[in-house]
Amino acid sequence: MLMNLFKFKGGVKPPSNKLQSNHLPIAQAPMPSRLVVPLHQSIGGTPRPVVEAGDKVLKGQVIGNADGWISAAVHAPTSGTVLEVAMHIRPHPSGLDSLCVVIEPDGKDKWITRTPIDHKAVPPADVFHHLQQCGIVGLGGAGFPAHGKLTPTKGVPMDELIINGAECEPFITCDDLLMRERAEEVVRGIALFRDLLQPKTVIIGIEDNKPEAIAAMRAAVDAQKEPFSVVAVPTLYPAGGAKQLIRVLTGKEVPGSMRSTADMGVQVFNVGTAYSAWRAIAHGEPLISRILTITGNVHAPRNYEVLIGTPMGELLALAQPHPDTDGILMGGPMMGFLVPNPQVPVVKTTNCLIAHDDRLFPPKAPEMPCIRCGACARACPHELQPFEMYWFSRAKNFGKTQEYNIFDCIECGCCSYVCPSRIPLVQYFRFAKSEIWAREREKNASDQAKTRFEFKQLREEREKADKAEKLAKAAAAQAAKKAAEAAAAAAESSASPTPDAPTAPLVAATTDAPSATVTPENDAKRATIEAAMARAKAQREAVQPKNTESLTAEQQKVAAEIEARRVTAHLIEPEPAAPAPTSEKPE
Amino acid sequence: MDILLAISIMALGAVVLGALLGFAAIKFKVEGDPLVEKIEAILPQTQCGQCGFPGCKPYAEAIVNGEEINKCPPGGAEGVQRLADLLGREVKPLDAEEKPKQVAIIDENTCIGCTLCIQACPVDAIVGAAKQMHTIIAPQCTGCELCLPPCPVECIRMEVIPETIDNWKWKYPVVEIKAAA
Amino acid sequence: MFAPAPFLLKDVSVSQVMIQVCVALIPGIAAYASLVGPAILVQLVIATLAALIAEAVMLKVRGKPLALFLTDGSAIVTAWLIALTFPPLAPWWLVVTGTVFAIVVAKQLYGGLGQNPFNPAMVAFAICIVAFPALMSQWPSVGLQLSLIEQMNIILGWAPRVDALSGATPLDAMKTALKLGDGSFDVATLLANQDIYGNFAGRGWEWVAAGYLLGGLWLWHRKLITWHVPLAFIASLTLVSGALWLYNPAQFASPLFHILSGGAMLGAFFIATDPVSGCTTPRGKLIFGAGCGLLAYIIRVFGGYPDGVAFAVLLMNLSAPVIDLLTQPPVFGMKDKA
Repeated sequence: MLMNLFKFKGGVKPPSNKLQSNHLPIAQAPMPSRLVVPLHQSIGGTPRPVVEAGDKVLKGQVIGNADGWISAAVHAPTSGTVLEVAMHIRPHPSGLDSLCVVIEPDGKDKWITRTPIDHKAVPPADVFHHLQQCGIVGLGGAGFPAHGKLTPTKGVPMDELIINGAECEPFITCDDLLMRERAEEVVRGIALFRDLLQPKTVIIGIEDNKPEAIAAMRAAVDAQKEPFSVVAVPTLYPAGGAKQLIRVLTGKEVPGSMRSTADMGVQVFNVGTAYSAWRAIAHGEPLISRILTITGNVHAPRNYEVLIGTPMGELLALAQPHPDTDGILMGGPMMGFLVPNPQVPVVKTTNCLIAHDDRLFPPKAPEMPCIRCGACARACPHELQPFEMYWFSRAKNFGKTQEYNIFDCIECGCCSYVCPSRIPLVQYFRFAKSEIWAREREKNASDQAKTRFEFKQLREEREKADKAEKLAKAAAAQAAKKAAEAAAAAAESSASPTPDAPTAPLVAATTDAPSATVTPENDAKRATIEAAMARAKAQREAVQPKNTESLTAEQQKVAAEIEARRVTAHLIEPEPAAPAPTSEKPE
Repeated sequence: MDILLAISIMALGAVVLGALLGFAAIKFKVEGDPLVEKIEAILPQTQCGQCGFPGCKPYAEAIVNGEEINKCPPGGAEGVQRLADLLGREVKPLDAEEKPKQVAIIDENTCIGCTLCIQACPVDAIVGAAKQMHTIIAPQCTGCELCLPPCPVECIRMEVIPETIDNWKWKYPVVEIKAAA
Repeated sequence: MFAPAPFLLKDVSVSQVMIQVCVALIPGIAAYASLVGPAILVQLVIATLAALIAEAVMLKVRGKPLALFLTDGSAIVTAWLIALTFPPLAPWWLVVTGTVFAIVVAKQLYGGLGQNPFNPAMVAFAICIVAFPALMSQWPSVGLQLSLIEQMNIILGWAPRVDALSGATPLDAMKTALKLGDGSFDVATLLANQDIYGNFAGRGWEWVAAGYLLGGLWLWHRKLITWHVPLAFIASLTLVSGALWLYNPAQFASPLFHILSGGAMLGAFFIATDPVSGCTTPRGKLIFGAGCGLLAYIIRVFGGYPDGVAFAVLLMNLSAPVIDLLTQPPVFGMKDKA
């Protein structure tokens, strides 16, 4: 099919290194000794664990429930026993821990009951729910929950659905092999997305260095008589970036500030996502395994179908790494990162493991000063001025970096790749971005603290005013009473009411106390009653929670959790939500 | 005569330029934030009083009136730097030790429910009632430590906020060029 | 573990860039040497040595790694540009003074490689032409055939600087004649009668310019420079000189004369394209190049100096940051909005 292709500016052509791993069919990786499944594997909310240590789980059983709309469930990759739900290192450049479910396989690999659905027979909301329950997330890199991208933006007609089979990063061949071997199911998955999104056209973009994949996909599309175009796009890194692929195939440029490409009437899915979505719909299989490339400094590079949670070191051993291997790279060499240790598990977004050594990836030469040669600007696919952003990131002048659109940077690494001064440009931009985010968080926190502080001050002043007013009233009442007493002129003496001061030195309590104590020689019954009432009121107020009137929903949630914890600890009796103390009511 | 002419020309020039400047000052007056607000925006709003003033705003006002800019430990060296940039003053080392960000934790078993800490908290980040145990709403806590001294049973402690994947930051690239020895 | 992506890097380095610039200069140097004699090679050696020594001393003083920066080649490029813009028989100390000033003041005192706001070679030229105007204007007469030894003796000051040395460049000679002239000189008669002129400009100079053009085109082919600056430079020089030439061909030389004279071609391809002190945005480069061409013409025709390229480049260096700021290209996806 002939199609008018567009070009994006910039881009680089690193050696592709794909031939090593794409000549062998996908193999099944053996069952690992144990599986470490991180709960947070997608963008959005962290799924809540629903299993405990000692639980028996079946293959495909939910172990973490989606937390919110942009979140996806996590499943047990095989049947076995939950050893623990604990903090383990997650594959993340920080090398920090996050909550993981550790499962010891029982070797039976026994499936839970799978429930396929007919997506044409049920409303879309049910399909979305099913995909979320099956943990389907974007397998291209970011791991955005797929159902979140399948809802068209209101008011914007969906023009193109783009299926990303570009796979532009060097070394990686998992999408290539998936398309070659499982094209039929990939195309069915694409048809599923088409049915949900109702786009005008569907374009499958594959880099022209994968002729077998292109042929297989064309054959599958023809066999299913789908009107999809399979387009060979020129091999140029990063043609597989969502916005670059959109540009190449449609000519549309999605601005960096636009949150979703759907706002421009385009949506992009990875071929792997289409495949696993179809497995979830047609077979009820949740996302518990994926295809990944094991390559680099190894004897037998190959693609494997791997269970999520498999420790990377065990996988790498399958490909027989050379003895000088000194690390594992997750992802491609342009955007990937070295994992902190070989025990780190495979997650849904792990598409490639590369054995690292100094021969394949020579250690970096010393960083030289920037000579403003502009090579980075010419290579930048987002047409930024990396050397200017570098200058300001380096000087920690973050405001300026934003003026140069640092948040449009997709961290593809083209600028670092071409820099003759070997400046780790991307690293500077990542640093600047995360500093800006941190500052934003701090600024929000301090703004909030300021508002709360000011509110507290306001409230204290009002309480003071209220107290003064009450004192004045009490004095006036006392004067009137004295006059009445003088008129009566006859009274029996009795013990003066000395109400014990409220135990809680609360403002609200002390406010009312004086009205009862100002007249120690008073013996009228009324005074006693008044004092008792005041005491009762003070006590009632004293046990009411303070500072609860301006809480946000989130804070109330926190407070409720604390409350629940106390109840379970039998520290207090649960009490109904009391109205805010009178002195704190807004006027 | 020439001298007089020269002087009068200069004087005329001065008058004209002065008038222009005066006009520009009125015409293009910038209604910017008053200085106190700008300073307050830099201060961390912990309201901790470690500067010796009862809150961030009083300190901001004091800075405008000539107080030193290095008295805010929660703001850290960076805060001093930003204040110095704003005010054109000299950067000074912080007048105290810089601490990592902390959050207060109440030991739920020891707390007697005296409410003293609730009153001390400048940002209403402690919930609880008399004779009932209190708890700190961690996201609201500024780590000011003002709740520590009033507690009669010393059940409040400060903990450093740990690094998690959510608040983790990329490091500054360290590939600096060093002089050959 | 700290290891930032990308792990693959293109095989490029600053020293490779600088070496290629030097290689690109070779055709021009060859033509120049055949025009003025082997003295220019001596000057290249003197300037290179002076630059490397000055650079080494400054790096040591500034506490920077010697090996890393000495091998980056930037000092050599500066030195070569100085040698090629100074009179070929200038005394050795003049070249050394210029080079040392360029490296020490114009480059290292500003922070070294990548930090200099002005092109160091042009700073050297400007300083020397202001401080030693006579020496900087003395070019060997055409036809003065001296051996390498004789030339070296002159450069090293062992032989007297004879009158034959105090010629002028074709550009300078024409300006002086036209300015002094009471109208009796015009361009055509000058070109026809004085033997320093060839068919288009100074005799033999067209070959030097052609050599620089060749090297410049190779740099462009290697993607070390873009077309913007050279094209804008030559185009603006052509336009302004062409306009005045059409207006009065007797008083103003043809565009071809100007393009092939003095430092125009060297400036367009090798000096104004210096990325450190020039503009970086595509539109900025066009403005930068055009400004250089225009200013060079104005200074060389109406000013008091033999050539205007150096001052033109310095003046545009001065404006480069502002031009860059005002010509930021729109980023991906923002083109309709810009």
